[in-house]
Amino acid sequence: MNSELVCRNLVKRYGKGAAALDNVNISIPSKGIFALIGRNGAGKTTLIRILATGLLPTSGEVTINGIDVIKDAKRLREQIAILPQESRAIQWLTPRQTIISYLLYRGFTLKEANSRVSGTLAALGIKKYENKLNRLLSGGVKRKVLISTILSGGSKILFVDEPTTGLDPISRAELWKVLKKLKRDRFIFLTTHYLEEAEVLADRIGILDEGKLVAIGTLNELRDIVKYTYSVMVLQKGVSVKPRHGYVIVGDDGFRQIITSEQEADRLAKRFIQDRTKFSINPISLEDIFYYLVKKNIESDEAQEEDEW
Amino acid sequence: MKTNKLSQLYASILINAVYSMENYPVTLVNTLMAPLSILIIIVLISHGALLNVSIAGALIMTMVTSGIGLQADLSHLKNDFKIQEMIVSSPTSAFMYMLGMSMSEIIFSLPAIIILTILAVLFIKTTIIGGIIIFIVMALMFTFSIALGFFLSTYSTDIVQNYAFIGILSIFLTTIPPVYYPITYIPLPWRYIAYLSPTTYAAEIIQSAIGSIQLSPVTLAIDWIVITALAIILLAVSIKKSQWREK
Repeated sequence: MNSELVCRNLVKRYGKGAAALDNVNISIPSKGIFALIGRNGAGKTTLIRILATGLLPTSGEVTINGIDVIKDAKRLREQIAILPQESRAIQWLTPRQTIISYLLYRGFTLKEANSRVSGTLAALGIKKYENKLNRLLSGGVKRKVLISTILSGGSKILFVDEPTTGLDPISRAELWKVLKKLKRDRFIFLTTHYLEEAEVLADRIGILDEGKLVAIGTLNELRDIVKYTYSVMVLQKGVSVKPRHGYVIVGDDGFRQIITSEQEADRLAKRFIQDRTKFSINPISLEDIFYYLVKKNIESDEAQEEDEW
Repeated sequence: MKTNKLSQLYASILINAVYSMENYPVTLVNTLMAPLSILIIIVLISHGALLNVSIAGALIMTMVTSGIGLQADLSHLKNDFKIQEMIVSSPTSAFMYMLGMSMSEIIFSLPAIIILTILAVLFIKTTIIGGIIIFIVMALMFTFSIALGFFLSTYSTDIVQNYAFIGILSIFLTTIPPVYYPITYIPLPWRYIAYLSPTTYAAEIIQSAIGSIQLSPVTLAIDWIVITALAIILLAVSIKKSQWREK
């Protein structure tokens, strides 16, 4: 079987406006976790909805494991499940009732559905809430109820659109644990605003900006895209630094971060040790890569606008 | 995996009727109140003279409000909970979802339907053919209203817009038309306005079947053509145009 997700020249326009997706090309293995990151309005939800057969593209081709998403949606729907952005557990149902209903929609018999519920709820540690109304549960538990719901059917391909938005750090960490466990035998296509989430969970990451896929690959592959691969953080205020390569970011708190090459990071580290300046040194994070790539786009847009003035 | 179509129907009935009635029993009272309250008022005002017409009217109203209710419920599940999006990406088809949700509305209205049916058996004097006619008209009104409800729900984007649709439809389909009383009670120039609503034609057929009004064969034929055509056209349009997979 062809285990790949492929988008070719994918375009989506809503009405006569600008393209929400502008000629997107993706070719990734359909295993592990793929995280799609981008700013608000970048086109993440549009893309995930097209892949999950909820939305038709304007043009282009999409296949998942060799199944044509546009023409053969019925076949694909047997294998996929989606947790939409801003989805909520139905208030007047209990977690048990939520999952049973969903399993019935997936075509299970009532007996099969009943036998699957407890295990699914237990897997996410929320079995004790199974008969409590969803409206009485905390935000984190409600989110877990929805995750349990889409997991209950055993779909091997899951689309989760910003699953941890609005969750507290502990609930988020708990969900990460669940997703990490799940990726062993499923393909999870995830969108998120949290760059740390993508960094922790994803095997591959795509960066979408204004409908365009600006980068795609593993974290290390993304590091290779950017010119400077190391981040040196000066942990004292007022230290003047002029790197030979790279650039300095001064935070609102006055601390300086130098994004630079490995060689220059090494040189600066030696100098800081000599000067007894406190510092930390790390390979650049996804956040640094994201800002580098997206900011570049913003700057080129701004430059174009200035030219137009 | 072999998907069980009956399960898919049952899912909608559970979500939209059984579980809500089980978890919030107050909803049962609500389904009874709307059709019965107008019935009681009309019966009191007419000193019982319009009892049979009002019962028939309440049955029509129950069928129509089920469809309007469907629109509200579908919109709620689609826009507020995003459940429809989860179901679109599952083996359930638009048709099975629509059928299941429609059946859920009937189940939800069962308390009212049962009471009104008992009242109808007790107070409406008609033949077996008359009974069949009432049943067919109710089925057509239900088909019309669920098709309309499903069609509108797929286009509504939020609950505020949805409330506006519901308000307009309720007035247009159940308040203005002469459903609880004979159309002859409306002075002639205004009577034509009532014919803008399909429920007027349904009410005429039922009122004729129970002997409350006399209709010419031509009028009766027109009434049947209008409600049948509307039900078929709206059903076809809603299946064809509804946005299950958005464009």
